[in-house]
Amino acid sequence: MNWAAVAAIYRFEMARFFRTLAQSFFSPVLSTSLYFIVFGTAIGSRIETIEGVSYGAFIVPGLIMLSVVTLAISNASFGIYFPKFLGTIYEVLSAPINFLEIVIGYVGAAATKALFVGLVILVTATFFVDIRVEHPIAMAAFLILTCLSFALLGFIIGIWASNFEQMSLIPQLVITPLIFLGGTFYSITMLPPVWQTITLFNPVVYLVSGFRWSFYGLADVPIFFSLLAIGAFTGICLAIIWWIFKTGWRIRS
Amino acid sequence: MTTILSITDLRKSYADGFEALKGVSLDIEEGEILALLGPNGAGKTTLISTICGITMPSSGYVSVGGHDILNDYRAARRMIGLVPQEIALEPFEKVQNTVRLSRGLFGLGRDDAKIEDILRKLSLWDKRKNAVKELSGGMKRRVLIAKALAHEPRILFLDEPTAGVDVELRKDMWEIVRELKENGVTIILTTHYIEEAEAIADRVGVINGGELLLVEDKDNLMAQMGRKHIEVMLTEPVDAIPDALKQYDLTLNGAGNAFVYSYDIHGERTGITSLLNDVAKAGLVLRDVQTRQSSLEEIFVNLVSGEQA
Ligand SMILES: Nc1ncnc2c1ncn2[C@@H]1O[C@H](COP(=O)(O)OP(=O)(O)O)[C@@H](O)[C@H]1O
Ligand SMILES: [Mg+2]
Repeated sequence: MNWAAVAAIYRFEMARFFRTLAQSFFSPVLSTSLYFIVFGTAIGSRIETIEGVSYGAFIVPGLIMLSVVTLAISNASFGIYFPKFLGTIYEVLSAPINFLEIVIGYVGAAATKALFVGLVILVTATFFVDIRVEHPIAMAAFLILTCLSFALLGFIIGIWASNFEQMSLIPQLVITPLIFLGGTFYSITMLPPVWQTITLFNPVVYLVSGFRWSFYGLADVPIFFSLLAIGAFTGICLAIIWWIFKTGWRIRS
Repeated sequence: MTTILSITDLRKSYADGFEALKGVSLDIEEGEILALLGPNGAGKTTLISTICGITMPSSGYVSVGGHDILNDYRAARRMIGLVPQEIALEPFEKVQNTVRLSRGLFGLGRDDAKIEDILRKLSLWDKRKNAVKELSGGMKRRVLIAKALAHEPRILFLDEPTAGVDVELRKDMWEIVRELKENGVTIILTTHYIEEAEAIADRVGVINGGELLLVEDKDNLMAQMGRKHIEVMLTEPVDAIPDALKQYDLTLNGAGNAFVYSYDIHGERTGITSLLNDVAKAGLVLRDVQTRQSSLEEIFVNLVSGEQA
């Protein structure tokens, strides 16, 4: 392994993040506060509690997932799309590194940035509602795995995209709807039975459910399925990336 | 002399089926400066990209310092630095950081003294903390060179380093290349300027249509290339070249009112004076005279037809 190269890519990507650190910090703080003001106060006052948890506290895991997933995808997709767009990818392609090292560098940096924002949101939320974390290790694992797996997906999107429109296509058309319909702001037990069944085909349900379980011990689906879902998703992304580098698809003509 | 880069029957077909390299074979000696001369679309960038790992070869072998570029790509690529044809740099990043990234990518630890040395040599030291986008085009090209040198390569590829560059910078660039050569770096540069090859190369390869037409010692090639033509226009057309001028190998045009004389600018005598004397003696009256140098295109035509003959 060429770890020096992995570190170089990682550091270079993180430098971009540190240049705009204030922005990376304040924008999630602001948007989280807005969510609490709108959802927590306006809607929460009517819903009261879900299975013993106040509505405001109930939505925290979903809120974190929403941001983390969106950011992991956009960070990773732009992280690899820009070098393609600017032409600077020539340097990565001509360096003595393999696909695994490239992926660890780019995806690692994208996941780190998403993780940072996830933690900022978590801390911000504690100013608005009482949060308890019943399974801290599971919580950390879910959070990190989510950052990593969606950063992998973002990396694939960044390699696939040949223009800026395509970059936002999948996030807007697929990911955002799945997240909003994935029990982020509600328990799927609140839906009519037919919709509950349909919802079970949405992978995000498993993610949010598992993550919420690590906070309050409440889960829409068994925790085992949540772990399986995120594990399988990570595996599929890795397999696609392995194939991309093996064939040189869209990067090495 | 030892061969540092060996290319054997290298072919490259792009996804659309276009064959950009049609079996190129070439050995490059350690420490030499080789200029690859060829018009746009000749395959120069494709050749370099294939050696450096940016595109995949369709068939053939390339070894760098004895390392196969596919099976032993890490060792092979460590020896190579590449300055691409197009300026490709992260605009918001500091000069110093992008050069550090390059060193890291090639697996070397941070070495600020080395980076300083490179930046100073390229007159970039004062700009090290500037964002790349604040630099002029010429400076950006230097940053690309600094990046390529950051891992201390044994072989440096410069893909049209002076295209669209002003005269001043071109001279600087040649100076940089000479210095690198003195430090034992093997340099392969592409260009479509004959003068550039003439100014710095030890050997010149001519590439066209994906084929390497020839590789020759610069001095030999320049002797062939350095031909000039004088067109002599006459007031009265003639049917044929007068006998008195037969010794000069002149070409009469269709209308018979002008002929062309070609000569070697490197030759001891150009023969112009005696030609013009003899023209007057033959009773021909000159209307006008103009000279022109062989264009690259003509040289290619000559080379290709020369090869077939
Ligand atoms: N990615 C590509 N796909 C298809 N054809 C290409 C590609 N890149 C270059 N070519 C073609 O290959 C030929 C050689 O190009 P190139 O190596 O860039 O030439 P040069 O550098 O000598 O100007 C050209 O005809 C060009 O159009
Ligand atoms: Mg080119």
